[in-house]
Amino acid sequence: MKNTLLAFILLFSSSAFVPSAAFAADYEIDTKGAHAFIQFKISHLGYSWLVGRFNTFDGEFSYDEKNPAASKVVVSIDTASIDSNHAERDKHLRSKDFLDVGKFPKAKFVSTSFKELGNGKAELVGDLTLHGVTRAVTIAVEHVGHGKDPWGGYRRGFAGTTKFALKDFGIDYDLGPASQEVELFLSVEGIRK
Amino acid sequence: MKLRNTEQRWGLVSVIIHWFTAIAVVGMFALGLWMVELTYYDHWYRQAPFIHKSIGVLLFLLTLARLLWRWSNPRPVELTGHSAFEKRAARIAHGLIYLLLFSIMISGYLISTADGRAVDVFNWFSIPATVHGHEQQEDIAGLIHLVLAVSLITLVTMHAAAALKHHFVDRDRTLSRILGK
Repeated sequence: MKNTLLAFILLFSSSAFVPSAAFAADYEIDTKGAHAFIQFKISHLGYSWLVGRFNTFDGEFSYDEKNPAASKVVVSIDTASIDSNHAERDKHLRSKDFLDVGKFPKAKFVSTSFKELGNGKAELVGDLTLHGVTRAVTIAVEHVGHGKDPWGGYRRGFAGTTKFALKDFGIDYDLGPASQEVELFLSVEGIRK
Repeated sequence: MKLRNTEQRWGLVSVIIHWFTAIAVVGMFALGLWMVELTYYDHWYRQAPFIHKSIGVLLFLLTLARLLWRWSNPRPVELTGHSAFEKRAARIAHGLIYLLLFSIMISGYLISTADGRAVDVFNWFSIPATVHGHEQQEDIAGLIHLVLAVSLITLVTMHAAAALKHHFVDRDRTLSRILGK
């Protein structure tokens, strides 16, 4: 009994004092605590910005400070969780005119390459599957920060932006010439596993 | 024509409400199917749903008033020439029409108020949201709204066909009575 207890204490204390971030690590994106956001922004008629988000998604990434090029990201999004703060609009966005969530309930991003550009900037390329179409997109990434959190965990966060034409993903509802492209803003915080 | 119903005839109020409802139901069905197909740059894109919702709320109030009127008035007796089956089928159909009307209007209201927004009635007054914020409320209410609307139009078609059958085949007073005669 004493030995078991000791083993437990050793196990937990050792994991708490592992030198941080010096090796490849897998992170789970903190959607439970909602420290991750997938927002979109599209022009309304060319006169203002419409901003919305996807409320339900999950994902993980790995990041190695010594070998950042080996970093990987996978994110899966429930398309029906789109939220533009207007129920009638969300209903329309989920319909066949846009996301067609009945047929395409998931969108997915799987990274294919990651290149650090210095100054905390990086370029992430990956395959985005949306509306049943898979295309490569490039995400401009900013490494926001990393370190211990106040509750015994270790966290690392990135922000990224990308832009693509809705038409490229087979969404061709006419929103007008100013609204051909949608911008995505992603903010993800991972908790090291 | 008297305003109130008698044992023999429908009064003017019942006749007018019946035909106003008939026009509204057919018109709203067509308007509803048409408006959801409009494109973003169509002039009616915002106006058509606004009119659809406004009429829907007014029809709801009218139907409530109609029920009150119906219960506070004599009911014209069923025509003696009708078979027991016809009488029973008509009673069920009429009950179902009321039930569908209210269910359609409530489900429509639940689409527009799913995020807590009120429904505006012709810039005249607005109906605040009550039940809102449920997961995909607008999608579920929308599906119910459509399915029930198609059911109602089917039932209304049968209702109209039955009235025409009484008028032209049986040659009785069924249709004439709802015209106030």
